[in-house]
Amino acid sequence: MSKEFETVIGLEVHAELKTATKAFCSCTTTFGAEPNTQVCPVCSGFPGMLPVLNRKMVELAIRTGIALNSEIPEICKFDRKNYFYPDLPKAYQISQYDLPICQGGFLDIDVDGEQKRIGITRAHLEEDAGKLVHQGDITTTPFSLVDLNRSGVPLLEIVSEPEMRSAREARAYMEKLRSILLFAGVSDCKMQEGSLRCDANVSVRPVGQKEFGTRTETKNLNSFRSLERAIEYEVRRQIEAIEDGEKIVQETRTWDEEKQQTRSMRSKEEAHDYRYFPEPDLSPLKISREWIAAIASNMPELPVQARRRLVEEYALPEYDAAIITLSPDYLEFFDQCISIYNDAKIVSNWMMSELNRLLNQNNMEISDCRLKPADLAQLLKLIDDGSISGKMAKTVFEEMFKSGKKPELIIKEKGMALISDEATLISLIDGIIRNNTKVMEDYRNGKEKAFGFFVGQIMKVSKGQANPAVVNKLLKERLSQ
Amino acid sequence: MALTIKEVEHVALLARLELNADEKQTFAEQMGTILDYANRLNELDTDGIEPLSHILPVFNVLRDDEVKPGSPREEILSNAPLLEDQQYKVPKII
Ligand SMILES: [Zn+2]
Repeated sequence: MSKEFETVIGLEVHAELKTATKAFCSCTTTFGAEPNTQVCPVCSGFPGMLPVLNRKMVELAIRTGIALNSEIPEICKFDRKNYFYPDLPKAYQISQYDLPICQGGFLDIDVDGEQKRIGITRAHLEEDAGKLVHQGDITTTPFSLVDLNRSGVPLLEIVSEPEMRSAREARAYMEKLRSILLFAGVSDCKMQEGSLRCDANVSVRPVGQKEFGTRTETKNLNSFRSLERAIEYEVRRQIEAIEDGEKIVQETRTWDEEKQQTRSMRSKEEAHDYRYFPEPDLSPLKISREWIAAIASNMPELPVQARRRLVEEYALPEYDAAIITLSPDYLEFFDQCISIYNDAKIVSNWMMSELNRLLNQNNMEISDCRLKPADLAQLLKLIDDGSISGKMAKTVFEEMFKSGKKPELIIKEKGMALISDEATLISLIDGIIRNNTKVMEDYRNGKEKAFGFFVGQIMKVSKGQANPAVVNKLLKERLSQ
Repeated sequence: MALTIKEVEHVALLARLELNADEKQTFAEQMGTILDYANRLNELDTDGIEPLSHILPVFNVLRDDEVKPGSPREEILSNAPLLEDQQYKVPKII
């Protein structure tokens, strides 16, 4: 990136709220059902149907607002956002325009060991649209198919201030927001399933300039990686355009995962005028301070509190604590492990290195994984009591991760237990000394290095299974006889 | 005061309506009359009056989050002009 430009990023995040039913009707929100089996006249947009607001949806939004340090105004209302698209059966989306449920707020991100506070502008409730499926080749097929199962699923759109200055900060914001939503229990945040989606507003400006540059909005960012890459691409593209004397056009772009580039979605018909007006079919909401207090008193532990607990109770470094508190499942794994094996730093090291590596390699979440925290704790105990070497433990761990088997069983099956039996080791050591009398002489004449040679031989012959502590002790004894 | 033809064309585009020249002329006049009528509200002094967000003094009409069966798929899809694989079939829009 050219040095003279500064990047300005704001994110709009849509989170599906974890309700059993849709926003304005009692249809189920379960993901993955047969097309058009979770629909009714309300969410299919039949004329004359009346929406009735889901109480849980409102409570989850208030909970989010508390977790994001937002103000929950006493009155909020719903509005119609009008546009035509086949996945939107009413030809308007029920949303919130000028009186959203959450106003202001912030969250703190960590980038390169520095903490930075990112402001939140607002969060508002709205309903999701249906799903459009393009049949066959998208460029040639004249038709699309519409599935309305998702139509009317409750969403909370969380809008940040344009306060991020790099793709990494944007990713850190997204990760932090996700962890807060997960801890607060308001959304599943499954990016692959679309229950957490992100649009990035990106602009660049010469360093020192006060006004923002012209921004573009990039959609279709359904993983942390594509968010980061799309922003990096967009920044490069805008800087190159400006340096070539071109003007940046304010437009909507989409991220093409295959080509790894953003592409304009502009059409000549584009006429963005949503003609918002108050939704006459829904009454406004009056949110009493008592209601907020009741929700606040039932808040689960949030990442910021969990992180403080890890640092204060277990003396973990901030860095470790930040990573372990990225998801409640991850923290739960740690907590369970630590209740059995009490060296927090060792548990944290194994989670951040071995466990994370395998999760990333297999593109898995900790909740999909068969490994149980009690089994990791047990493995760590086996290392401590010398039953297995640290190096072998890594192999055992991989097998535990794959099969979910107990560590003792894997060690037994693979014959990986360390040999600590003195008689067995003595006969092994004596045999090696007998075959290397010259080296023994060297050692006795003061050549320290020879000791290492014997250790190496013993490890080789025992295939690494001789208990190193016992070998050291016995070898010294046998060599001095 | 009548709307300009350009304004009528803009509104027609937003509403995805195709109007011929006669219709544009008719609607320019009719919509102008409607707006003039609504404009009379601007003659009222509304200083210090809270904007109204709902016509009735009702708040918090809420429903419990309990699943009820939706409609049978055949019934819901029975009005669709075109169907394929149990889904509405529509012209492609990208
Ligand atoms: Zn429904």
